[in-house]
Amino acid sequence: MSDLRSLRLSFLALALLALPLSLRAQQQNTCLDCHGSADGNLKITSEQIAQDIHFQKGLTCASCHGGDPTSMEAMDPKKGFKGHISHNKVPELCASCHANGSYMRGFNPSLRTDQLAQYKTSVHGKKLAAGDTHVAVCIDCHGVHGIRPASDTRSPVYPTNVAKTCSRCHADREYMKAYDIKTDQFAGYSASVHHDALAVRGDLSAPTCTTCHGNHGAAPPGVASVENVCSTCHVLQAQLFDTSKHKAAFQSAGFPGCVTCHSNHRISKPSDTLLGTGPGAVCVNCHVQGDAGFALAASVHKELVSTQAAIARSNEILTRAERDGMEVSQAQLELIDARDRLTKARVTQHSSQAAKIDEDIKVARTVSDKTYEAGVQAMKERNYRRLGLGISLITIAAMVLGLRLFITDLERKK
Amino acid sequence: MSAFAVIRDWLDERFGWAELIAPLEHKTVPLHRLSYWYFLGGITLFLFVLQVCTGILLLLYYRPSANEAYESVQYISTKVQFGWLIRSIHSWSANLMILTAFAHMFSVLFLRSYRKPRELTWVTGAVLLFLSMGFGFSGYLLPWNTLAFFATKVGTDVAGQVPFIGHFIVVFLRGGEEVTGATLTRFFGFHVAVLPGITTLLLAIHVLLVQRFGISVPPSVEKQWIADPSARSEMKFFPNFMLREMMAWYIALGVLGVLAAMSPWGIGAKAEPFASAPAGIKPEWYFLFMFQTLKLLPSKIWFIDGELLGVLGFGLAGAVWVFLPFLEQPRWQWARVFIIGLGVFALAYMGSMTVYGFIAK
Amino acid sequence: MQASNDRNPSPTIDSDEGGAPDKSARRGFIKVLLGGGLLASAGSFFYPVLRYLVPPATVDMGGDTVIAAKVGDLKPNSSKIFKFGSRPGLLVMRSDGAYVAMAATCTHLSCTVQYRGDIRQVWCACHNGIYDLAGRNVSGPPPRPLEVYDVHVSGEDIAVARKREA
Repeated sequence: MSDLRSLRLSFLALALLALPLSLRAQQQNTCLDCHGSADGNLKITSEQIAQDIHFQKGLTCASCHGGDPTSMEAMDPKKGFKGHISHNKVPELCASCHANGSYMRGFNPSLRTDQLAQYKTSVHGKKLAAGDTHVAVCIDCHGVHGIRPASDTRSPVYPTNVAKTCSRCHADREYMKAYDIKTDQFAGYSASVHHDALAVRGDLSAPTCTTCHGNHGAAPPGVASVENVCSTCHVLQAQLFDTSKHKAAFQSAGFPGCVTCHSNHRISKPSDTLLGTGPGAVCVNCHVQGDAGFALAASVHKELVSTQAAIARSNEILTRAERDGMEVSQAQLELIDARDRLTKARVTQHSSQAAKIDEDIKVARTVSDKTYEAGVQAMKERNYRRLGLGISLITIAAMVLGLRLFITDLERKK
Repeated sequence: MSAFAVIRDWLDERFGWAELIAPLEHKTVPLHRLSYWYFLGGITLFLFVLQVCTGILLLLYYRPSANEAYESVQYISTKVQFGWLIRSIHSWSANLMILTAFAHMFSVLFLRSYRKPRELTWVTGAVLLFLSMGFGFSGYLLPWNTLAFFATKVGTDVAGQVPFIGHFIVVFLRGGEEVTGATLTRFFGFHVAVLPGITTLLLAIHVLLVQRFGISVPPSVEKQWIADPSARSEMKFFPNFMLREMMAWYIALGVLGVLAAMSPWGIGAKAEPFASAPAGIKPEWYFLFMFQTLKLLPSKIWFIDGELLGVLGFGLAGAVWVFLPFLEQPRWQWARVFIIGLGVFALAYMGSMTVYGFIAK
Repeated sequence: MQASNDRNPSPTIDSDEGGAPDKSARRGFIKVLLGGGLLASAGSFFYPVLRYLVPPATVDMGGDTVIAAKVGDLKPNSSKIFKFGSRPGLLVMRSDGAYVAMAATCTHLSCTVQYRGDIRQVWCACHNGIYDLAGRNVSGPPPRPLEVYDVHVSGEDIAVARKREA
């Protein structure tokens, strides 16, 4: 009797033990059994699965590809298996969840759900609708298996990685052969201040491709609207430009604001040579000797350069005074004010109005002249100190000599 | 009668000091090829008096609070007439004084002037040397600049390594757990009141003892003079040696003037307690040999923490140093050689570690 | 050391050996040198000390407190830039009449910020950075908040001080 009872108990124990095993069978992913050791494009590793945000949230291969991941007949069309998703069907597939507001709310309520709608307005979306499968779809930018959220630094759409992702197609001459656009944007951007700010200095507020072109609704801003795009950050420059004669002139000539002088991708740190009439200046692209603009450009350039020189001269004398031990920290800090004003003048010149620019230049000159004077005073003081030192050394030498002679005299008596 | 003699006699009738200074008339200084070393003590004393004078002048403008200390030093250096001079002399003279104090100590050691009955002169002198380093450490923080702030932090951290009472020492020194404005006020109190008080007392004893026992003659010279009494040579302290000392003091003043005017002491940047320490923080040069030693010690020696061992080692060395003369007992033949050997080792070690500390990253 | 055996030297300067004229001329020269040197060197030491003892004209050490404005200078919802040490500071009178003060150097690229009464926030014109009235960077490129200062009104003066540490 007890034998049977213990047998039943052990059966129960075994069954209980098997329960977690059977539960695991439900989460079993038979897809990996084959695809984990397949070749080439068909290879899907468990590491990729582990990194993928969809899998982390509980979705499976079947969520996109259909089929039944628990059975060995996983790829049965009767079980809904869709197989490889063709390129042009990808956006619709992704949007089947991502455009569904109530569904997405269950995962991340703050995620946008208008990606497909935006995409349809983009150049990529329009061309795809017209039958071009060369263009980017969701998986080209976000990855396909092993998709990380955009906030993950390793995601191809994390701000510092975006330019590289876009360049995979847009910098490939061969790939872009059929299209009427250049492929130098990535090269230009990589040499720009924006790239430097974003990738080198780590300032995540700096723009990358998608900041100006949009991400899902990617398209070039267009000549008329480029200035609006730039002015989302460069507010002051845009406001000043709007008050200048260039605004109307560019509009009527069909030139884009900002880009005409600064370029669109290869935006380098502007220097004083960009403005003026010398080599490297952009003003002479339109202005010629004799017109008012030419004269203004020349004079503003001269003022900026000479103010820069005045500041440098001031800095030089203050550095020398400091090196010789004079306390000039106050003057050095005031000089920063002059530098700030010069920076401001370089911004104000977007208004192309001499009076406004002169305001800032004048203050910069006054401050740098004042600090130069302070430097001159410091050097005078330094010389005065050295003179004083010389005098006291002479008196000390006299004393020492006198003492020496006196001692000798005193002791010679014996 | 010259005016000088009139005043002198008038004062003598009221102070009676002719009688008091009469013994000084007979004070002599032994003359031999090593006599030049005798100047060092006087120079150190002169520099100390200079420190007190310039320190009192600085006190008229300095403000010992974290919010104002740096600004007050800046004020002294830029706005006060000749403030830059007083301040630079004070900083340079501090370093010079510690240098001459060390030189004076080593010369006394190698000339063996610490022997009986002058042991207590040595003891007070050793303590005075440590006090002068304490002056240096506490004074260094007072301008409240970045370098000083972090040097103090590191220095007081090391004090915390002492077993059992280490934490108490740190809190006592810092006026709290961290280096803050409270530390500044406390160091100011040490620097202008506590240390000067103790120093004046010990200095008085030290100088009186020197007057009492006269200036010691090195044993080798002593032997020579015993063998040949006619070779004995002495100089009167007043006025002959005194005049020579005055020459040395004037020269020292000249050196200080050159240093202050040509290479003034900088102010640095104001200390920001929450900023990170700049790379390569080092203490002042007179602590560098200890600092470098601690850096080089491995983190564990047997089972004992390396830094602890270093701190204890230096503590032991300091204690031995104070009581060095008592090692030289007649029954210990090796004592003399041992002490000289110790002196040579100490000099070589401190010198090389200081140089190493300077050039190391 | 040079001195000869010196058991009984003459203790004062005045004893005269009655030497040859050139000897007394020499002694005279030494007296002048010593006396003059003593006076001159003492002068060159005491002159700076005496000048030092006289307090300078500017008594303010430029410490951590500054009078930014007077009561009545500002209307509600307006601001003023003032000099704090060597950097600019921003004093704002809120609509409720309270004063706030903060550093005016933008933490992005060091432009000088301004208060905008229309959005009631602190704005940097260079790249559109925005801080709230507690100095926190709320929008745009600035990576760090602005350092906030203590403000107290004593009589007619509005004093701005750096926050005191313990």
